[in-house]
Amino acid sequence: MNENSQLLPPALEVEGVSHSYGARRALNDVGFKVAPSSFTVLLGLNGAGKSTLYALITRLYATRQGRISIYGHDISREPSAALGQLGVVFQSRALDVDISVEQNLIYHAALHGIGRREAIPRARAALVRVDLADRLNERVSKLSGGQMRRVEIARALLHRPRLLLLDEPTVGLDVNARAGILKHVRGLLDSERIGVLWATHLIDEARPGDHVVILHHGRVLAYGPIDDLVARSGERDLGAPFAKLTGETGVAA
Amino acid sequence: MSGPDANAWRGLTLTQYVICLKGIVWREGLRFVHQRERFVSALVRPLVWLFIFAAGFRQVLGVSIIPPYDTYVLYEVYITPGLMAMIQLFNGMQSSLTMVYDRETGGMRTLLVSPFPRWFLLSSKLLAGTIVSILQVYAYLVIAYFWEIEAPPVGYVAIIPALMLSGLMLGALGMLISSLIKQLENFSGVMNFVIFPMFFASSALYPLWRVKESSPFLYWVCEINPFTHATELIRFAFYGQISWVSLAVVTGCMIVFLTGAVLAYDPSRGFLARRGGGPPAA
Repeated sequence: MNENSQLLPPALEVEGVSHSYGARRALNDVGFKVAPSSFTVLLGLNGAGKSTLYALITRLYATRQGRISIYGHDISREPSAALGQLGVVFQSRALDVDISVEQNLIYHAALHGIGRREAIPRARAALVRVDLADRLNERVSKLSGGQMRRVEIARALLHRPRLLLLDEPTVGLDVNARAGILKHVRGLLDSERIGVLWATHLIDEARPGDHVVILHHGRVLAYGPIDDLVARSGERDLGAPFAKLTGETGVAA
Repeated sequence: MSGPDANAWRGLTLTQYVICLKGIVWREGLRFVHQRERFVSALVRPLVWLFIFAAGFRQVLGVSIIPPYDTYVLYEVYITPGLMAMIQLFNGMQSSLTMVYDRETGGMRTLLVSPFPRWFLLSSKLLAGTIVSILQVYAYLVIAYFWEIEAPPVGYVAIIPALMLSGLMLGALGMLISSLIKQLENFSGVMNFVIFPMFFASSALYPLWRVKESSPFLYWVCEINPFTHATELIRFAFYGQISWVSLAVVTGCMIVFLTGAVLAYDPSRGFLARRGGGPPAA
């Protein structure tokens, strides 16, 4: 983190957030920050509460307990200002498969108040960045899973958000597609200087230098730079401390 | 991009609202054009009623002279406004199906993370669906015209505001229902518990005085069914007249349903979070 990013409010700040589904508590006093130009891995097994947390950050559900803000804008009090700076790649596919890539991107731009004249050049530039420039007029249903993901990332960045959320973006992708997407998103830190929150259950998607938030049964068990976490545990990598914290053995690595 | 004022949110201008609305309508239109089966089935459904059902019942059901008709009309002529309303009913419920599907696939979430206010996004989506339903109605009327179902020229224009209102009302009802349905499969429930009762317990297929003769209770049910009033609003408009009662009922129901839908999709009050089933599917 450089000095400049210390002065800015955090890209994402989650403070004391709890959420229940009826009697079942899905999140319990969750708190962490994502700095601008940083890559934070939200690591948790299935059912840890990652999707619930994302539903709260994207304002699908109201935050009843605690506070979530994006670059200092509280999502409950200033939803427009907060959501305007947010780009999201959902876990499930969220493209219209019947229409073309370009049409999907134009629609998304309109949802952010960006007109066609500006949207088309932006869409082209975004597709060049994800190496899909030649697929502009292709129907989405013709793309492979990895290509769709790349289109979704291009789309999430179209309105130039400063915080990018990804919810298990590599699920269902082959090794190459996975590596390609990780590389691309990591590249955005330098080129766009945005904060990234990457939810996953796969430890090997985290790298030295990243921040990590370990979520388990709705609680944050550990939070901070990965290197510190590993150093404190006295292990060589994150796998052992993660398994120890979550009390699970044989975690996918 | 990250200058000193990068943190300042500039707000949304009126032009941006227009861009957003246009985008939502355009996308709905595109989807409709690309899903050809949807268009064909939307057209075939009322035509089956017209060509088969109406032809069969023509001899059984005589329709006396009741407003807005000033002469005896054929049964086909009588049921045409009801079929127009039926097109919109199906369209409204189908959009609700799309919304449930969208919610499962993430399309609805894409819409809801837009920085525009939620009431605006939902109303825009509703308007887009209504415009599509009006196009379907006109496609039906073109074919019906060759079946000698004709209205005075003014009727073809006068139905636009009527269809707009009834389409918004039925769409808002569908949207409200979509917020309550949890899974896609429940749509067959919507067919059984919403579409069929609304359609059959209405003035779409038979004049209400006939219903009254056989069952005063059913008559009363038909009278308070908003679908009856959507049908009558369209029927009168088709002949260049206004049914004030129906206009009031349709407008009132539209406001109630739309308010309900906006509240249902509002994160702080919504049923989405309350249903208590678990984390989102997406």
